[in-house]
Amino acid sequence: MPDSVDTEITDAELVRRAKAGELEAFETLTSRHEQRVFALAMRMLRQEHDAEDVTQQTFLSVLENLESFRGEASFSTWVLRIAAHAALKIIRKRKGLPTVYLEETTEPDGYDSVPHPEYIADWSRSPDQLAAQNEVRRLLDEALTRLDEKHRLIFLLRDVEGLSVRETAEALELSEANVKVRLLRARLQLREELTRVLGDPGKQLPRSHHRHE
Amino acid sequence: MKCEELLAMLNEYVDGTVDPTVCAEFEEHMAGCNPCQVVVDNIRQTITLYKDGQPYTMPVKFRAHLHEVLRQKWREKHPVTTGDEEKSEHQP
Ligand SMILES: [Zn+2]
Repeated sequence: MPDSVDTEITDAELVRRAKAGELEAFETLTSRHEQRVFALAMRMLRQEHDAEDVTQQTFLSVLENLESFRGEASFSTWVLRIAAHAALKIIRKRKGLPTVYLEETTEPDGYDSVPHPEYIADWSRSPDQLAAQNEVRRLLDEALTRLDEKHRLIFLLRDVEGLSVRETAEALELSEANVKVRLLRARLQLREELTRVLGDPGKQLPRSHHRHE
Repeated sequence: MKCEELLAMLNEYVDGTVDPTVCAEFEEHMAGCNPCQVVVDNIRQTITLYKDGQPYTMPVKFRAHLHEVLRQKWREKHPVTTGDEEKSEHQP
């Protein structure tokens, strides 16, 4: 890793330098973002080999298209957008589907379609205590896998990578309204699955109570 | 506020982007509705667990490979001309 480049330098400045032909600046940009890209790809694909493919494709594409990056979005959002599309492509290929992107019209968008919480219980342990356990990690990955890829991507970009709703919408070329409703579904579905395993059965609350007011 | 209305505003509340009047109503509802309170807690814990969970680390070997591929591609795109600043990139 080129450590002569100051860590204080912004991505925007590094992009400018890379465009001007400084390899070192490009490598620093890569070093800054490669872990996030790889982690996103691992969570999407759950296979190291595929995650490596996505990571390599992403940074080759960054190199190829750097000239056309105008900086309307932040560099990291742009990189994650490329990575997201690369990951989706592999998923589509696995399923034998054409590699079309996240069309907005395939499902109901209203909040009416949001599933109501069914299993409601306090968790028996804190996230801190849970995070350290291998079986919890597996549970998290499996719950993610049961989300369809669009919901999974939205949850990962927004809640794990910390993009804003707007940035997530930009990265996936969706409307903000669409991102919001899908994010809500994703969060509720994950909550449901995790609570069924991590919830304290002794503290389960009746949902009938909840469905009315 | 009804449970359904609370559900529709869950994101904004959890993300802290709900407007203050609505926020007060939201909290008033939760104070009297334990299931909604627990769902909100669960959602927060779910997000925390994913966000702060162990990250996947890129294998060191792959990283070296990646950077080599990128340097090669870079050289194709930026052929080194004499007197250019990229001299250090020449391999002996
Ligand atoms: Zn309620």
